[in-house]
Amino acid sequence: MSTQRHRLADGGLIDRSRPYSFTFNGRALQGYAGDTLASALLANGVSVVGRSFKYHRRRGVFGAGSEEPNALVQLETGARTEPNMRATQVELYDRLTAASQNCWPSVEFDVNALTDVFSRFLPAGFYYKTFMWPRSWWMRYEQYIRDAGGMGISPRTPDPDHYAHRHAHCDVLVAGGGPAGLSAALAAARAGARVILATEDFAWGGSLLAERAAIDSRPALEWVRNSVAELSAHPDVTLLLRSNVFGYFDHNLFAIAQTVHPRSAHAPRQRLWKVRARQAVLATGAIERPLVFADNDLPGVMLASAARAYLNRYAVKPGERAAVFTNNDSAYATALDLHRAGVAVSAVMDPRAQVTGELPARARAAGIEVLAAHAVVRATGGRRVTGVQVAAMENGAIRGQPRELACDLLCVSGGWSPAVHLFSQSKGRLRYDERIAAFVPDVSVQAERSAGAARGSFALADCLAEGAQAGSAAAEAAGLRRAAVSVPGTTRISEAPLLPLWDIESGATRTAKRFVDLQNDVTARDIALAAREGYYSVEHLKRYTALGMGTDQGKTSNINGLAILAVLIDAQIPEVGTTTFRPPYTPVTLGAIAGSEVGAHFDPVRETPMHGWHAQAGARFMNAGLWRRPMFYARPGESDLDATNREALAVRRGVGIVDVSTLGKIDVQGRDAALFLERVYVNRWRNLAMGKVRYGLMLREDGMIFDDGTTTRFGEQHFFMTTSTATAERAMSTLEYWLQVHWPELDVRLTSVTDQWAAVALAGPESRAVLSALTSAAVSNAALPYMGYCEASVRGIPARIFRISFSGELAYEINVPADYGLALWDALLEAGRPCGITPYGTEAMTVLRIEKGHFTGMEMDGRTTPGDVGLGGLVAADKDCIGKRSLDRPALRAPDRRQLVGLVPHDRSTIIPRGAQLVTDPQRALPNPIIGHVTSTCHSPTLGHPIALALLERGRERYGETLFAMSPLTNSVVGVEATHHVFYDPKGERLRV
Amino acid sequence: MMLLPCPYCGPRDVTEFTYGGDGDMARPSDPQAASDAQWASYVYIRDNPRGPHDELWQHSAGCRRWIRVRRDTLTHEVLLTAPAGRPVQP
Repeated sequence: MSTQRHRLADGGLIDRSRPYSFTFNGRALQGYAGDTLASALLANGVSVVGRSFKYHRRRGVFGAGSEEPNALVQLETGARTEPNMRATQVELYDRLTAASQNCWPSVEFDVNALTDVFSRFLPAGFYYKTFMWPRSWWMRYEQYIRDAGGMGISPRTPDPDHYAHRHAHCDVLVAGGGPAGLSAALAAARAGARVILATEDFAWGGSLLAERAAIDSRPALEWVRNSVAELSAHPDVTLLLRSNVFGYFDHNLFAIAQTVHPRSAHAPRQRLWKVRARQAVLATGAIERPLVFADNDLPGVMLASAARAYLNRYAVKPGERAAVFTNNDSAYATALDLHRAGVAVSAVMDPRAQVTGELPARARAAGIEVLAAHAVVRATGGRRVTGVQVAAMENGAIRGQPRELACDLLCVSGGWSPAVHLFSQSKGRLRYDERIAAFVPDVSVQAERSAGAARGSFALADCLAEGAQAGSAAAEAAGLRRAAVSVPGTTRISEAPLLPLWDIESGATRTAKRFVDLQNDVTARDIALAAREGYYSVEHLKRYTALGMGTDQGKTSNINGLAILAVLIDAQIPEVGTTTFRPPYTPVTLGAIAGSEVGAHFDPVRETPMHGWHAQAGARFMNAGLWRRPMFYARPGESDLDATNREALAVRRGVGIVDVSTLGKIDVQGRDAALFLERVYVNRWRNLAMGKVRYGLMLREDGMIFDDGTTTRFGEQHFFMTTSTATAERAMSTLEYWLQVHWPELDVRLTSVTDQWAAVALAGPESRAVLSALTSAAVSNAALPYMGYCEASVRGIPARIFRISFSGELAYEINVPADYGLALWDALLEAGRPCGITPYGTEAMTVLRIEKGHFTGMEMDGRTTPGDVGLGGLVAADKDCIGKRSLDRPALRAPDRRQLVGLVPHDRSTIIPRGAQLVTDPQRALPNPIIGHVTSTCHSPTLGHPIALALLERGRERYGETLFAMSPLTNSVVGVEATHHVFYDPKGERLRV
Repeated sequence: MMLLPCPYCGPRDVTEFTYGGDGDMARPSDPQAASDAQWASYVYIRDNPRGPHDELWQHSAGCRRWIRVRRDTLTHEVLLTAPAGRPVQP
């Protein structure tokens, strides 16, 4: 293709028969299937891909995988846009659109690049020092800083894609699809293990994809193909490409983010795998380190391994004239490959005094100039590298004047750091290995083992052997048979040790920018400044300078940064240690984490059997836990308050029905059922007659009210308990706790039957007339008195009828099997039509209960005792129960406890603000002593004025006193009078008629 | 994300369980006879050990059984589990 002027004519793992068009910053470009966005950009000669985080310096592609710190792009537009995508990991597809980040108006001309010019005023910790004064201005500064710094832009509209979660189990999880990972998976699979093998790449082979290695005297990729074919044939092996093992959690739980490719409307965009593995093999490879010298961030400076990947895997020439700067042997392979591909290699600069390895020897034999005891002190150039300044070294320091060497590509290698991220997440302990100047896994904590480059064994032969050993050992540890381990043959290349080289500075480059962390623009001088200011701890250094933060989490900068710190504070690298490795290994979209649990699937919704009717009747719903409950059924033109008042008055004057199916219902059976109730409720239960209902109060062990409700005795050994809607699950769990943990000797069986029974409260003076029309059973006051119970057929439906009342009126609570709930509701409406029966919701129910002074969760806030709500007398003296002993504690017997009272506003018209605090003198200077608080408040349509419930110190002694309800939220003060908490029918005559 | 071996169901993800507090709190056999200090110790006072810790968990999204778990609070290693209502064997 015409635009791909840096593409080699042949070779590589791209498919030239499948050309793709894509756009970058609006430019139409071409690439091939098998390209990454980065390789396609390089093929098209795009060297400036983005601007840096802080100084807005031009940056190009630096790596070839997940370590990439520079080439972060905004992928796609609109709802599907994704920020901070590593171009080196974005698999090219047709019509891909991407743009540079962090530049305005364009990547070539960026206004904020001026920050680079003024950068000596922007040292490490600059924000902390400068923008803290005046303190109130921080918000203004922040706006500017956030705009100028930073990353890509998150989508502003809902994500149109969907995501899935998969839970999986396996004997052996292998993280990494390179030689060690494949070898481990083969060994484990041959032993009969269930294996999951995952790689973040879209091809198998890992480092072999970028190299020209041989296995069993054949091209290594042939072995890769055969291995994958063999693994695919195993029924118990799962192969996951494009799958980033990003998290290692307790008890060998792994999180894997799998990207589904190609995009399809029918498949999820990504899958989040949660894999519980008996054993794991971490074959995550190693990450090449940059070298730290002046202007080492210029486009055209690239990791040697990356240059090699672009050449061999993607058939892209990353430059025409290369220089190589390395402190170890591995980069000589890059020099050789560049040379073979026709790229002129100016020289290899190597700080080692003697360069003796096999690869350097081959390079020399190929005619490549090797400058031993030399270093690059500066990269030169504007829009990209045009040359390097090279100086001789003596005893590890720069000596003599630098000379200029022309190149448009500088390949750097500072050695290799094993990717110990997953190992560290598993809490495994690291050890510093002088041999490779990097941290390697030392002591395992979880059921894992590292293999190959991930444990510092970089030679292919070692990767294959360690992989096979690890796979076999993992399978055996997972309980499978021991299988013979076979390792394919490779030629071992002898390597000379590396020479650690951390900060390369000549006198002339002392003040130049020598970048340690390319992504966060942290320089060696920033680290020096932080050390001078006392930030000796790596964790502090990280927060102060941003070293190792951002999307790459210091993959290329970690070791260099802490080694430079170690030199500055005169410590050894192991003493300095590393910062904590945390998941995710590379960024994971929130969509994948949320999975399908979005929108209506965010939380389960519980609906009563009559829900459809409520919705059709125009009910406004409220959430009560997972339940949806009707608040009121407003008629056209009616306000919320009007509807509530109408519904409440209908109950007081005529008849209403309310859906109470959400109340918790627990069936209690067994020889010791009555004894059990005596232990969990404060009051007596053994003397409850068959067919009678009793109110019960339950405490926590600390003496505070836990829940209340009615319980009915169906038989000698059979009770039916109800709980509050909100407490239902907790009550069940608590009762199970007491039975199983403390009283296993009791013969009691508990069954939650909340969902099995629909429940309707039929309330109001006319309720008996309505019920009589539907049943032949005797429901007169004599036959079914207050707190009585009977079973009856209601319009042919088998029903349980409880003569209980929450509203304070004559009322029946009718329970029917859930499937009959709607039929019962319809029957009641029909039978009640002559009396104007009114469905009512939770708002009217609340008004009715406040008028009656019933306490609910508002008052039972975990701080109220039975005595506080006026039920001290309910606590039976002659038996123990949960929490009773606590009631004797001095604090719970104190005379100044807050007690339940009623409040009425002086003006009989102002609503008492909810949550208001009660004081005796509203004018008093702060802190004004608070003696109580409003718990429930409403307008009482029955009384014609507002009322409220409150908890008030010595409340029962204060009836008639004037107080003030102050609410700083509504900035209001309402004069109130304390009263008894039962406003309506205090003798309870209406519910006994 | 821990894996708790339920004595009734086998190893299950911790998300199926509800934590239920210390497993070694003995309720005084006669609460009324207990001193305020003894009672307060039972109701309120808890150790926060670094290392092995006996706890109660309910397999709330499973078999609904309460179980005892001895767990290392430092490493999350589960040292043993047993049905509740029986003393833990060391």
